[in-house]
Amino acid sequence: MDMQVAKKKLGLKERYAVMTRGLDWVPSYQKMEDIYPYMSYEGIKIHDWDKWEDPFRLTMDAYWKYQAEKERKLYAVLDAFNQNNGHLNVTDARYINTVKLFVSGISPLEYVAHRGFAHAGRQFPGAGPRVACLMQSLDEIRHAQTQVHAVANYNKYYNGMHDFHHAHDRVWFLSVPKSFFDDAITAGPFEFMVSIGFSFEYVLTNLLFVPFVSGAAYNGDMGTMTFGFSAQSDEARHMTLGLEVIKFILEQDPDNLPIVQRWIDKWTWRGYRVLTLVAMMMDYMLPKRTMSWKEAWEIYFEENGGALFKDLARYGITMPKCAEQIALEKDHLSHQAWSTFYNYAAAANFHTWVPDEDEMAWLSAKYPDSYDKYYRPRMEYWREQAAKGNRFYNKTLPMLCQTCQIPMVFTEPGDPTKICYREVDYKESKYHFCSDHCKAIFEHEPEKYVQAWLPVHQIYQGNCFPEGTDPTVEGFDPLAAVLDYYHFESGRDNLDFEGSEDQKNFDAWRGMATKNV
Amino acid sequence: MHIDLRTVTIKPLRHTFDNIARRLGADKPATRYQEGTLDMQQTANFHYRPTWDPDHQIYDASRTAIKMADWYAFKDPRQFYYGAYTMARAKQQDTAEANFDFVENRNLADTLPADVRATVLELLVPLRHVAWGSNMNNASICAYSYGTAFSQPGIYQAMDQLGIAQYLTRVGLLLGGVESLEVAKTSWMEGDAWQGLRRYVEDCMVIKDPVELFVAQNVALDGLLYPLVYETIVDDVLSAKGGTPVAMLTQFMTDWFTETKRWTDATMKTAAAESDENKAILAKWVIQWRDRAAAALLPVARIALNERTDALVAEVVQQFDARLIKSGVPL
Ligand SMILES: [Fe+2]
Ligand SMILES: [Fe+2]
Repeated sequence: MDMQVAKKKLGLKERYAVMTRGLDWVPSYQKMEDIYPYMSYEGIKIHDWDKWEDPFRLTMDAYWKYQAEKERKLYAVLDAFNQNNGHLNVTDARYINTVKLFVSGISPLEYVAHRGFAHAGRQFPGAGPRVACLMQSLDEIRHAQTQVHAVANYNKYYNGMHDFHHAHDRVWFLSVPKSFFDDAITAGPFEFMVSIGFSFEYVLTNLLFVPFVSGAAYNGDMGTMTFGFSAQSDEARHMTLGLEVIKFILEQDPDNLPIVQRWIDKWTWRGYRVLTLVAMMMDYMLPKRTMSWKEAWEIYFEENGGALFKDLARYGITMPKCAEQIALEKDHLSHQAWSTFYNYAAAANFHTWVPDEDEMAWLSAKYPDSYDKYYRPRMEYWREQAAKGNRFYNKTLPMLCQTCQIPMVFTEPGDPTKICYREVDYKESKYHFCSDHCKAIFEHEPEKYVQAWLPVHQIYQGNCFPEGTDPTVEGFDPLAAVLDYYHFESGRDNLDFEGSEDQKNFDAWRGMATKNV
Repeated sequence: MHIDLRTVTIKPLRHTFDNIARRLGADKPATRYQEGTLDMQQTANFHYRPTWDPDHQIYDASRTAIKMADWYAFKDPRQFYYGAYTMARAKQQDTAEANFDFVENRNLADTLPADVRATVLELLVPLRHVAWGSNMNNASICAYSYGTAFSQPGIYQAMDQLGIAQYLTRVGLLLGGVESLEVAKTSWMEGDAWQGLRRYVEDCMVIKDPVELFVAQNVALDGLLYPLVYETIVDDVLSAKGGTPVAMLTQFMTDWFTETKRWTDATMKTAAAESDENKAILAKWVIQWRDRAAAALLPVARIALNERTDALVAEVVQQFDARLIKSGVPL
């Protein structure tokens, strides 16, 4: 793809510079602040956009060539997967619930990332970061689409994902990932880059993306695994962009440090709360486990992240304070989350179950300080009750945290027997929080977080019933009306895995391949 | 244990996602374009308003004066989702690469008549800045328009224009070395011939209405610039003077315009067909930006066309009008 330069031979760096920032100019017919109107309100000071170091140097010709090659391979695998009933290769049908969680919770975020990077890639006055952001915007629509295309085949055979776009905008627990990305894209362009580019893509990606992809690999899901690996070389570019953004901002002006530090603190915590879903996926939903949530946190955050923050210390950045609380929660997070979904299985688009004896033994071994003491008895009790025909479904709606929107199910740091509640009075109203960190995030920007569309509040206000519903008629079943609003088919999309249509179909279909019927 | 799953024939529970089935009117297999496009953008229950634009939702159809009952009425006739898009461009890139190789290996650049070379350096190389402006404007279209059917081609167009800016940069490097880029930039910033066009591009950068920006950039400016520069000047005028190698170096742009024009035409057609109000707004924008673009392109075209400029520009405008009228825009 490289040209031979007829005249003076340009080095790679110079060549890339004439291919990108050399195209830019300082406008004179319109004012800079009119062309780039969002550059000052966050308080970040940039003196010289030319100091930006391009994190990667990819001209469009090379981009098209590499990416097309990857797409060709990926779609060949997906086609083969579809033709050969690849879905029947997964460890067992419980695994497919991971796919449902992924496509309804995560894939729509890839789309928001696409739009968010288009916005950032338009707004920065520096040509270098603009090009890098736009390339990421293009990658992100790839991720959103390849995920939908990969999952499309599962949707043909299994329940729970048939209307995932609709669900993402409405379902109670999906407001957790949705509000996270809404929060990022509604922030200013610099905060967006710190939240998504750095905190999410750089610090937390190994805890989000990698567990799903390795989970897929361990559980025989070729489709998901292939798009995951195919996306990895994009991710490598995104990570270098995230890191360059932080370094660039911090090197530009010392006044930027406290702003950036606050963003890193906020987004590490926001991101971690979203990872609650991943934690329970790793510990409970993968029939064949890759590693425990706790191990993943220790390796990817405490060790790798620790090294990163040591490296950033030269800029004055310190490890986010919330890391201390996260360390206290790591023995509890996944168990509390799975318990919550077990409770609310009537209102989720995936199935839950009590772990079997072997899985409980695995949990005891991975969580020697907490599982047997706090969580095993609870799950054994549920199992007993279910055996007697009393599978427990909680039909009372939980209070949600105003910031992270997770039901208030987390316990006090250091005391796993006591639910943690925090509250703030703001303009005549009381707001509730799951933690000091969510409370602090609210207090810094109350006007933003009072806007949150909290699913439970909305249900109680009557905003989550299908149009034309009359809640005053006799025998009105609010849960059924909410499920209608979600487009869930009660009895197929929700409830326990045991006895589900997915379970029956998977067994029957696999039986056709392995037995002579 | 290896299980041969291919032997199993099972009846699927459904053929596509519900949102697609609702739009297709039946549960039937959907294309990858449909599954990758329809309803991809979130539409309901946004949590916060943008701190950078509190008057609007994150995605907000009211950012434009154009009104659509359904923003998924727009369809990209190329059916570009990311995979189809990159594969199409990679193929064109192969051709472009072969063309550059052909010109370079045979030293065809050195055989160009001096006046053709001068015209290319004076006319084509500053256009890399115009393409760069289009990259920014299409980033805006992608970021602030409503519905993936409309916004998605915006990012492809943005990156195409970056690619075009880079091809033009290579043309400059090949024919005039790195100095030619500096000379072209000076013309762009200060040369009389270029100031109307630069003003046009900068004025586009402050348009807030994404559909108006689409009209100003993709319909009006590119709709005149590409036929004028690549079809008329490069393919006809310069080729007749021994400049065929130049046409090889810009084949990507010629092919690209032929292709993308199908999308811009389809988009205008859908928006105009929606209502008389839309027709009137589109016509107003088209006329206003067409007239400005034509005026801005005149002195630029004169670099190559001399006394034939007015006639040829008028011809291009006429063809442009015919195109738009065919799309249902009353001019
Ligand atoms: Fe992504
Ligand atoms: Fe919270």
